[in-house]
Amino acid sequence: MHFVIIGNGITGVSAAITARRLLPEARITLVGAESAHHYSRPALMYLYLGHLRYADVKPHADWFWAENRLELLHDEALGVHTAARTVQLAAGPSLAYDRLLLATGSVPRIPGWPGRQLRGVQGFYGLPDLESMSRDTQGVAHAVVVGGGLIGVELAEMLHSRGIHVTWLVREGRYWQSVLPAEESAMLEAHIRDQHIDLQLTTELRELRGNAQGRVQAVETTTGQVLPAEWVGLATGVQPNLVLAQAAGLATDRGILVDEMLETSAPGVYAAGDCAQHRRPAPGEVAVEQLWYTGRMQGETVAHTICGEPTPYRRGEWFNSAKFFHLEYQTYGRVPAQPTAGIASFCWQHPNGKHLLRINFCGADQAVTGVNTLGLRQRQDVWEHWLREKTPIGTVVAQLAAANFDPEFARQHEPAIRRAFAQQFPSIAVEKPRRKGLW
Amino acid sequence: MQDHPTPSLALAQPPPAATPPGEKLPLAAVALGLLALLVAAADADHNRARLSLYAALALVSGGALGWAWLAFGRPAAGWHPHDLWRRASTSRGAVAWATGVALTGFYVVLYWFPGLLENLIRALDPFSAWLRHRAADQWLLYGTFYTLAVLVLGGRALWKYRSTRYHLARTASVMFFQLGFSFLLPGLLLALQQPEYYFSYFWPLKYDYLFPDAVGKLLHGGGLGVFMVFWGVVLSFLATPVLTYFFGKRWYCAWVCGCGGLAETAGDAYRHLSDKSRTAWRWEMRLLYPILGLILLLTALLWVGASGAVPALGVVTGPLGQLYGFAIGSIFSGVVGVGFYPLLGSRVWCRFGCPMAAYLGLLQKHFSRFRISTNGGQCISCGNCSNACEMGIDVKQYAQRGAPIVRAACVGCGLCATACPRGVLNLENGPREGRLAASTFIHADSLRIL
Ligand SMILES: Cc1cc2nc3c(=O)[nH]c(=O)nc-3n(C[C@H](O)[C@H](O)[C@H](O)COP(=O)(O)OP(=O)(O)OC[C@H]3O[C@@H](n4cnc5c(N)ncnc54)[C@H](O)[C@@H]3O)c2cc1C
Ligand code: SF4
Ligand code: SF4
Repeated sequence: MHFVIIGNGITGVSAAITARRLLPEARITLVGAESAHHYSRPALMYLYLGHLRYADVKPHADWFWAENRLELLHDEALGVHTAARTVQLAAGPSLAYDRLLLATGSVPRIPGWPGRQLRGVQGFYGLPDLESMSRDTQGVAHAVVVGGGLIGVELAEMLHSRGIHVTWLVREGRYWQSVLPAEESAMLEAHIRDQHIDLQLTTELRELRGNAQGRVQAVETTTGQVLPAEWVGLATGVQPNLVLAQAAGLATDRGILVDEMLETSAPGVYAAGDCAQHRRPAPGEVAVEQLWYTGRMQGETVAHTICGEPTPYRRGEWFNSAKFFHLEYQTYGRVPAQPTAGIASFCWQHPNGKHLLRINFCGADQAVTGVNTLGLRQRQDVWEHWLREKTPIGTVVAQLAAANFDPEFARQHEPAIRRAFAQQFPSIAVEKPRRKGLW
Repeated sequence: MQDHPTPSLALAQPPPAATPPGEKLPLAAVALGLLALLVAAADADHNRARLSLYAALALVSGGALGWAWLAFGRPAAGWHPHDLWRRASTSRGAVAWATGVALTGFYVVLYWFPGLLENLIRALDPFSAWLRHRAADQWLLYGTFYTLAVLVLGGRALWKYRSTRYHLARTASVMFFQLGFSFLLPGLLLALQQPEYYFSYFWPLKYDYLFPDAVGKLLHGGGLGVFMVFWGVVLSFLATPVLTYFFGKRWYCAWVCGCGGLAETAGDAYRHLSDKSRTAWRWEMRLLYPILGLILLLTALLWVGASGAVPALGVVTGPLGQLYGFAIGSIFSGVVGVGFYPLLGSRVWCRFGCPMAAYLGLLQKHFSRFRISTNGGQCISCGNCSNACEMGIDVKQYAQRGAPIVRAACVGCGLCATACPRGVLNLENGPREGRLAASTFIHADSLRIL
């Protein structure tokens, strides 16, 4: 069997590695247009910060591919002939496949602001973006970041590390308001401003202004300010990369439409990762998942199906994590941004503004439904267990130390958390607490 | 494979991070101090040399502390190794080569041409008389420099890692053991007419402590000597396995050992330079365990020789002992181990040469409650952990498979856990059952990683 994968991001690579394990004899080819080898996209910022070199952000050493007989093609796929089962490449001869996986990822979604094409204005997704950013931010004093998501904070941190003054425009009234409840937003806003980032909420970009050389010079905002900006980062989100799927005539909507088995409308052609859209997502789950972890899981799942072990994609409990300058964020289960009927929410904050824990639970049976933390590390498998078993909040609060993943000697906040819980929910009994750790 | 050149990420290299103006003053003090050190070394007038030496130590220490405070104490607490791979001093650039050559040169002079240091050594006489009731020698000079390096750059580490209490405790511990157990206490023993003994070093690292000669001399010396032998034997053969069972080898390598102490303080800026490649790992296997074997063999032969059972043994043990002392004790642990910090990373000796590390590592891997847990499926394969590992462990290879990290080499410094931006890693002691169990969130594949 020849298994061809378009896209050497985490999705395609996870599929290739899993397929190699399941089918030691199969021929597996990975086509990637962006780079010869797979690299970690979330690590791009560390290259700019000078923490790491390019070789350090490759998840596998270069010998790994040849030793595991994974053929790499640094090339762009231009088209797919689904009837003939061939892929047309830009530079090489066309490739015949038995099974094809599209793992083409995302592209930045950038509204057509006036001045969008000026030099020094860009999105941030891949290696070429990193290169242009490295080039264009040299000697820059003022930069503007547009868009309040996770790429926005990375851009702000990157620029800040070079001593560039950053103004950050966020459309919403509070930070990451579509995802975070109000307390989390407030803590992050304060934290970001602590880092001397000029965070401007309820403010949008109206227009980009250039100089005579065609380079950006200033931006005008919807609040009427004109801000100096020799560089502007647009972090207004990403959308599935559909170029190849559309050229191949596959059914698409926002993403490449796939069923539970991650199969597209064409037989033998699958899609997974950022580029895929689930036709029928499970209740409470999103149709397009744009995360590293879900990419890896989808890649693994689809490889099973392709290798003759049909496996529907089940993500399991939602989880995510990120870092806002020095403040770590983790979430497990569901924590809606807005108060939700039937869901109670317990929230504890440390007076120093650097630690927060929120646990949501069901009003009816007191089963925990989700957790958010800032500045605290939680053990994923413990939370997974609590969420799956619908553990009552009283037990969880008592046993919170079991989920503590902070380093040894770190201050433990469980007693303070239990006191806060008793205050906020005096009617709920908390069991006897247990100590931290595996012992 | 068709291989387009990777977009050269070096292409748009920004100018290397400029040193903020404020930091130039303390750095100038360090430079002046080094100059004063040269003056002291060149001055045959003992009084003037002594003044120059004290001025040198004050300028270098004060300047380094001042610089460390400006660079690490003032900015927000947290892990931000900005520009690490862009500065000439920390990315094997010109500054690193110059530092490496100077350090290596110092070791060469110290071991083989101590006469060149005569003026410096004499300048320490009053101090030596006060502490040890005897004249200074080159080892006191070395000990003074060493201890100052651990203390001053330990200060830097305390500022740098103040957001993590594990590192504060660990750094304070190595500073304490260096100053107390490896500097003041041996001096005091000499003052009391006792054998010089380092309670924080044991066989097989301090290999001659269990040689028949040394044991004989100590036992001859009366009560304290007997205690020293007892202490050495107990720590080598009883405390080491027991403590390693509970805490992993970190109790020694990252909390007590003087070599580790220097690596964690003076060497901290170079930790990322350790080679993570498979080739490096193979060299590690080729060197580390044979060296352990060699010292085991040598010690055993010496005892057999001393028992008089095989009279002809002296022909073998004499040269073997000399070879070991020269090649491993001097060249490897000193000249290469420390001299090459700026080029090869801070734990070259610990990783490739130290027989104690090999011994502790075997215990840690097969007989310990220690592991580094990985947190479910959250690794983003960014490589920060591997980059921070001074022992050259490619931590990410384990983390991205959700596998706990149980490696003989790991000294438990905890930096991988600190460097991870997603809180994926945690140093833990726990039950041995299930110690190697991988996370259920990732299907750890069976493809080779080493
Ligand atoms: C800056 C940044 C930071 C991020 N940080 C995080 C994070 O911290 N945590 C997290 O969970 N997620 C993060 N993400 C999201 C995460 O990186 C993506 O969800 C993930 O990389 C998606 O993987 P993928 O394999 O589906 O697609 P991609 O990584 O986008 O890979 C697709 C690859 O396919 C190639 N390709 C596309 N079309 C073709 C073609 N026709 N021919 C050949 N090759 C083609 C592309 O060049 C690309 O290299 C981040 C994303 C960005 C941009
Ligand atoms: S694996 Fe982590 S704790 Fe162990 S030596 Fe490396 S960085 Fe230190
Ligand atoms: S464990 Fe952490 S630091 Fe290491 S690769 Fe994974 S996310 Fe990065």
